[in-house]
Amino acid sequence: MLRFHSISVVFSLFAFWLLLSGYFTPFLMTLGLLSSVAVVWFARRMDVVDQEGHPLHLGRGVMGYWPWLIVEIVKSAWTVSKLIVHPHLPISPTMLRVKMSQQSPVGQVVYANSITLTPGTISVAIEEDEILVHALTRAGADDLAGGDMDRRVTACEARS
Amino acid sequence: MSAVLDIVSIVLMTLGGVFCVIGAIGVLRMPGFYTRMHAASVIDTLGASLIILGLLLQSGFTLASAKLVILWLLIFFCSPTASHSLANAAYSRGVKPWEPDQGASSSSKN
Repeated sequence: MLRFHSISVVFSLFAFWLLLSGYFTPFLMTLGLLSSVAVVWFARRMDVVDQEGHPLHLGRGVMGYWPWLIVEIVKSAWTVSKLIVHPHLPISPTMLRVKMSQQSPVGQVVYANSITLTPGTISVAIEEDEILVHALTRAGADDLAGGDMDRRVTACEARS
Repeated sequence: MSAVLDIVSIVLMTLGGVFCVIGAIGVLRMPGFYTRMHAASVIDTLGASLIILGLLLQSGFTLASAKLVILWLLIFFCSPTASHSLANAAYSRGVKPWEPDQGASSSSKN
């Protein structure tokens, strides 16, 4: 498992190196590959090559989740923009606690980051299995408390 | 064909710029610390995404596009992390969220 993981990290790093450098001569590509291997070797010595740093297992689930998240982001960014340009600034800031049903730390990070990424809600603190969220409007807070996003992140975690 | 692409990309980048300006106005208009952060998140989601999408159409199927996609991913992973740590630092230092009945004058002290 760990061996497969390390090889996959080497390939990801090498692909990243190729994309950023744009060098395709054999000598430089060999150097790039060697440096990717060296980085993973160091990372294994530091014991940081694991599912958390390189969450391969989320790959399939995330593909279904991201499009939905992007649509949500666009919708709430539009709502927040309308609030900003509204002459009366009709905001009703609320703090609320939402339950998270994810089991793994990676799933919890995905959920908390999705909350922050969506304009109008920010995850402020993680307390055991709850997230303290600051919402710009009460409507946005109710939307989040409905738990649609929580269910989708958990489903994406379970599908993998 | 390229004229159509040019027009679409100009429209996208202009829209992105408009959302960046709206976000900036929001940062100035909003009362209190956390509400200002909400306004800023419009900039790094919709504003940045639309500008990058417009630039992607300009650069076509090249290595530059791959770098733009990586840049977009970087923004999408780093900006919520930074926002969360900012909000978390404020929360643990005891910054109180702004309440509507506080009035606009006390908000700047938050």
